[in-house]
Amino acid sequence: MPYNKKVIDHYENPRNVGSFDVGEQNIGTGLVGAPACGDVMKLQIKVDKGVITDARFKTFGCGSAIASSSLITEKLKGKTIQEASMIRNNEIATELELPPVKIHCSVLAEDAIQAAIKDYEVKGGL
Amino acid sequence: MKKKLIYLDYQSTTPCDPRVLDQMLPYLCEKYGNPHSRSHPFGWDAEEGVEESRKLVADIIGANTKEVIFTSGATESNNLAIKGLADFYGDQKNHIITCVTEHKCVLDTCRHLEQKGFKVTYLSVDKDGLINLEQLKEVMTDKTLVVSIMAVNNEIGVIQPLKEIGALCRSKGVFFHTDAAQAIGKIPLDVEDMNIDLMSISGHKIYGPKGVGALFVRRRPRVRLKALINGGGQERGMRSGTLSPALCVGLGAACKLSKEKMETEKIRIKAYSDFLYKRITKELPEVYLNGHKDQRVHGNLNISFAHVEGEGLMMAIKDLCVSSGSACTSASLEPSYVLKALGVSEALAHTSLRIGVGRFTTQEEIEEAANQIIKAVKKLRDMSPLWEMSQAGVDIASIKWAGH
Repeated sequence: MPYNKKVIDHYENPRNVGSFDVGEQNIGTGLVGAPACGDVMKLQIKVDKGVITDARFKTFGCGSAIASSSLITEKLKGKTIQEASMIRNNEIATELELPPVKIHCSVLAEDAIQAAIKDYEVKGGL
Repeated sequence: MKKKLIYLDYQSTTPCDPRVLDQMLPYLCEKYGNPHSRSHPFGWDAEEGVEESRKLVADIIGANTKEVIFTSGATESNNLAIKGLADFYGDQKNHIITCVTEHKCVLDTCRHLEQKGFKVTYLSVDKDGLINLEQLKEVMTDKTLVVSIMAVNNEIGVIQPLKEIGALCRSKGVFFHTDAAQAIGKIPLDVEDMNIDLMSISGHKIYGPKGVGALFVRRRPRVRLKALINGGGQERGMRSGTLSPALCVGLGAACKLSKEKMETEKIRIKAYSDFLYKRITKELPEVYLNGHKDQRVHGNLNISFAHVEGEGLMMAIKDLCVSSGSACTSASLEPSYVLKALGVSEALAHTSLRIGVGRFTTQEEIEEAANQIIKAVKKLRDMSPLWEMSQAGVDIASIKWAGH
């Protein structure tokens, strides 16, 4: 299956791969998906005064899942929590030109953002 | 410069051997007669080519020339064998036994017959992918018409106990059909010794052309089929339509070559796949071979690379042409039903690759393949949250995942 150039770029040169310390107060961690479904995303955000200053990801999944995660880490940086929570999957799918069978990768990326924000908020970051 | 592609998908299809093509070519533009024309030399020449090929196909399975019917491929052969028997004998016997790891064309044919009122038993397999003979014996009844069990599995390469199945079927008066598309030229097959009544053969899996196959239909004791395709009564009335002499000659030539090369090829292919498997397992932990480790054809390595998704892995090794047990590439997101039947967890099924080694594989290609796979798995594990968790001692199976 031929991939879109942006997917290949993010897949071959993934941005912001890695992990922050889950225990830190200013870190929000989202872990979504399931191994049995073939994709799991871990997204972490570092927040300073309501603004996401950095993000990291690790993803188990196909090229589109990895590219979607990589893309969102770039998008998140510099956004407020409020702005980040507005990111929708179709924005990611459109930007990566994902085919219909890969739309779920972008849905997972949106879920990861929501999960990371929720984790940060539960920790009392707000 | 674009890197050279390395073809390692020999279970999917094989290139046509140039020696096969050479023999086919005269039958396209020079000896173009209809092999069924009896009135002039064009017809006679074409017929001669077809009949010589029929003998070569019969030779590789120990059959009589008259027992071989040409078809469009193994899918048609499987359909003709099972539906043809069902149509002919259905009013006397209405039970079919097959196995959950069969090729889709056998399973789908059985489903079709179930809708028509036949009863079908789908045998399970053990963790190695093999059927249980005791279980087979238990499910046979006096209504059992046919047992259809493939010789070699297309996904995991395991060899089913054909001789034992054949002996059991013969003793119970049940027909034995085997889909041998993946077995011809790889393991010795003898329809007499193995008591096989019907056998499906494919051209393009054995370095012949696509679009041609054959069905062995035993004459003594006689096996009767109702044709799927009606017409001029060619192929003993079981498969009408003008044969393509070029394709038939290609299949015959491919069978002859495969028979001659089987022993030397087996040794070379085993050396390559052993090398690949050893390199990979030496460099990478948590790698699992799917299917029985010995009772298999050597050209098929189906391996799960824990915590690395198969399709993502294929994208990283883009110069290697392999296939994956993770069905993320297809319309369905379900992983391989064959791996599932072995009891491989869905999580692990998503991480599998099928690496096929064949006639034209070289040592250089195998070394390159090993290097690329090892490098890619290491890179993707570094990016995998599951690998990170497993390294930290987290039991991934114990986590409650939200499926989607």
